[in-house]
Amino acid sequence: MTYIRPTFRHPALPKNKIGYAKADYEGAISTLCAGCGHDSISAAIVQACYEMSIEPHRLAKLSGIGCSSKTPTYFLSNSHGFNSVHGRMPSIATGANMANKELIYLGVSGDGDTASIGMGQFVHAIRRNLNMTYIVMNNGCYGLTKGQDSATADFGSISKSQGVANPFQAIDLIGMALELNATFVGRSFSGDKGQLIPMIKAAISHPGFALLDVISPCVTFNNNKGSTKSYDFVRDHIEVTSVLDFVPHQEEILIDYEEGSTASVELHDGSKVMLSKLAPNWDPRDRTSAMRRLQDAKLNGEILTGLLYIDENSKDLHDMINTVDQPLNTLKEEDLCPGQSALEAINASLR
Amino acid sequence: MLKVSAVNDLVVRFANVNGTGSASANNIFAKSIFRMGLPVSPKNIFPSNIQGLPTWYEVRISEKGYLGRRDGIDLMVAINPQSFAKDVASVRSGGFLLYDNTKKLYDEFLRDDIHFIGVPMTALCREHYTDPRQRQLFKNIVYLGAVATLINIEVQVIKDIISEQFERKPKLIPPNFKALELGINYVKEHYEYPLSIQLERRDNVGDSIMIDGNAATALGSIYAGATFMAWYPITPSTSVAKAFEKYAKKLRVDPETGKNKFAIVQAEDELAAIGMVIGASWNGARSFTSTSGPGVSLMNEFIGLSYFAEIPAVLVNVQRGGPSTGMPTRTQQPDIISSAYASHGDTKHVMLFPSTPAECFDFAAKAFDLADRLQTLIFLMTDLDLGMNDHMSPPFKWDDAQQYDRGKVLSAEELEAGVDFGRYLDVDGDGIPNRTIPATHPTKGSFFTRGTSRDEYARYTEDGAAYVRNVDRLLRKWDTAKTLVPAPEFYREKNDRQAGLIFFGTTTYAALEAMELLENEGILLDAMRIKAFPFHQDVTDFVAQHEIIYVVEQNRDAQFRTLLINELEVSPDRLVPILNYDGMPITADRITKLIQEAQLIDA
Repeated sequence: MTYIRPTFRHPALPKNKIGYAKADYEGAISTLCAGCGHDSISAAIVQACYEMSIEPHRLAKLSGIGCSSKTPTYFLSNSHGFNSVHGRMPSIATGANMANKELIYLGVSGDGDTASIGMGQFVHAIRRNLNMTYIVMNNGCYGLTKGQDSATADFGSISKSQGVANPFQAIDLIGMALELNATFVGRSFSGDKGQLIPMIKAAISHPGFALLDVISPCVTFNNNKGSTKSYDFVRDHIEVTSVLDFVPHQEEILIDYEEGSTASVELHDGSKVMLSKLAPNWDPRDRTSAMRRLQDAKLNGEILTGLLYIDENSKDLHDMINTVDQPLNTLKEEDLCPGQSALEAINASLR
Repeated sequence: MLKVSAVNDLVVRFANVNGTGSASANNIFAKSIFRMGLPVSPKNIFPSNIQGLPTWYEVRISEKGYLGRRDGIDLMVAINPQSFAKDVASVRSGGFLLYDNTKKLYDEFLRDDIHFIGVPMTALCREHYTDPRQRQLFKNIVYLGAVATLINIEVQVIKDIISEQFERKPKLIPPNFKALELGINYVKEHYEYPLSIQLERRDNVGDSIMIDGNAATALGSIYAGATFMAWYPITPSTSVAKAFEKYAKKLRVDPETGKNKFAIVQAEDELAAIGMVIGASWNGARSFTSTSGPGVSLMNEFIGLSYFAEIPAVLVNVQRGGPSTGMPTRTQQPDIISSAYASHGDTKHVMLFPSTPAECFDFAAKAFDLADRLQTLIFLMTDLDLGMNDHMSPPFKWDDAQQYDRGKVLSAEELEAGVDFGRYLDVDGDGIPNRTIPATHPTKGSFFTRGTSRDEYARYTEDGAAYVRNVDRLLRKWDTAKTLVPAPEFYREKNDRQAGLIFFGTTTYAALEAMELLENEGILLDAMRIKAFPFHQDVTDFVAQHEIIYVVEQNRDAQFRTLLINELEVSPDRLVPILNYDGMPITADRITKLIQEAQLIDA
């Protein structure tokens, strides 16, 4: 069965700066389970892109395989999408980004897709500081194959399908990304739209690899008592590092932030991320303090959310390998082919 | 004692220690002979090692232009004590062996049917150079001078090459010349020269060039407009990436900004390398990777995605011996079947088989056009022999009037004009649908690329009928491919003999020589060199026309023969395998011998 949304739009629908209605950023109707955290994240992506007035065709949505990787069908139907191979979305994103540096690359992955089969590509995309937003819809289980524990399932957590305490240690993607010198690291919760939407906006504006690890409960297989990735457990243990606002370029900052506990981080396009109610001894521009804060949260049994770290001087892969400003995919034969005369000189040097 | 005697027809083998600088001297040797107008074919036989293990450099010189390997070493330059006994044993009876007689040779090494020529290379270098590294390096130039005198290579030619090589470090020229003279003078003072095997200048190389296939492939990719390469180091394909980088830095840097009109990513593994290529191609940049058998194995899942999602890609497979790590530094053609049908599900892939560097260049460029036209992955199938050894080749040519064929890519104007865009809709009956590149048009032409089944408009569906329509269309596209790939080459005016010979890639050199050897024995064969898969109609016809066909290839299982049997549905009885798979390039003698044996059995 194919679900198709009606394309009719009420003419009075509010429009963003470039004349698109929010509905223009939506996708097909989701086929995920009712109540799935992933759908909330999709909705947040739609809202963020609408509010940022992103031209849908200037964004490419990429994914691997799994429940999470199905979601690009459910948002931004006017964008090109690529549902690729399990765990290999980062390589597709790398190539796509190399071909055209001007588009926005939004990658969606899951905890199986990232922390197990795709671990190799994930860490190397971080190393290269590939300019993309990488959202992990993290539910601690393999939903599409009926709920096996994933590598981000917490030690001792009990999922509905396994029924026993997970005997393995969890991989913390946030801690690992910090360790790998990722230039933008944040964690959020699918149930906290107020935090998630500005974080997605900031991630999209960041000129480098922006990781958002979003806890996203699996209502069918991992939302039971005993699970550490259930709605109830997350709500009980969440610890928000800061209240975050994304202020687009050239917009006035209207809210009064309490002095002393506020940080303003300027992004490369002139937009700002405003953080308030910061935890003590923590500055999101200081990697060491972010790592320390994360360790403290672990010891206290807290699920730390918010923008944990951002490098304001991020240089992406194109900067590192010094490519021309023009997207490579727009270079024409005359830009690329040296022609017969150059070839004659090469031939002469080979005799 | 018998003395091998020959003019312009000899095999010289150098036995060296890996990492001692011998490669440079050996390259000068081959190049100087080439510059004397003599066809020459050097082969590196090297270990999987950086320093210390035995390595050989074998050069065949043939006035007649035979460029395959030939059995029988006429002159051995035995510099490596580690392999000395084996090297002595490998010289043909009546042949010559040059060695370092700084220390006396043990009697047990001596053979009374070959000629030993001692030159005290170590002692000469110790006497004339003080720096230990120079003492080692110039030993190579000393033996070069000795060999040159023994077989009559023009000294000025060697000096010119040395001068060119050190153009930017002119200080190094005089000490090199000195070492050369040490070798020359020692031979002149102690031996009669030249030997009975010797060279004479000819004019038999025309406008040929000398280059390795990997560099030619890389240069062809530059000319074809490849802007992105992703790769993972693996012998024998690594030098494709290195050469691409070298040529790109020379030919593709914007003179105004100093910025690169190319991007190269050394990936974390082959899976990522092919993924990046597919991502870049999906986004409209011509992209490629190079690898070898083990890398292709790792790329299999993505190769299937490229086939099914119809994304162009070029994969250079520089084949080596397998399976597993196999023979990483030896040559074979063992990936025919695994490349032809790579990945899961019903898949088959276009393969091109160049046999010279000029064809590596041409076919690399062709591969990008085919990939774009057919919207699929194209294998460029070379091997270690072609890729890593220098080959005499026709010069590179580029027709400035030709245009890249970017295939059926819809423009913003076409989308605006309201063309009915179905990503998997067969609009022209050739099985090839239209394609859009992301960001072409604000509201038209976007679609969702996926490896799962979908309908003609790229909408997800699990409907069996839609799946069947799609994969059947891919077969129509396959038929279209047959009309676009290079046709085979024939070597007789008429193919009207009963028996035929089929070969491809590097087997060509030995096969063509074997045809002449067989002809001398009264065995006349028609011959066909296949350049591509799927098989062109001319291939089908040739196979149909001949009762018996010898299929020459370099793997154990006669994989190319299997491919012919499977695709053309011919009786296996008619296709006789002629094989070599010891890791060394096949020789004309072996082909000749095996065909003669096969004919005896047949008779």
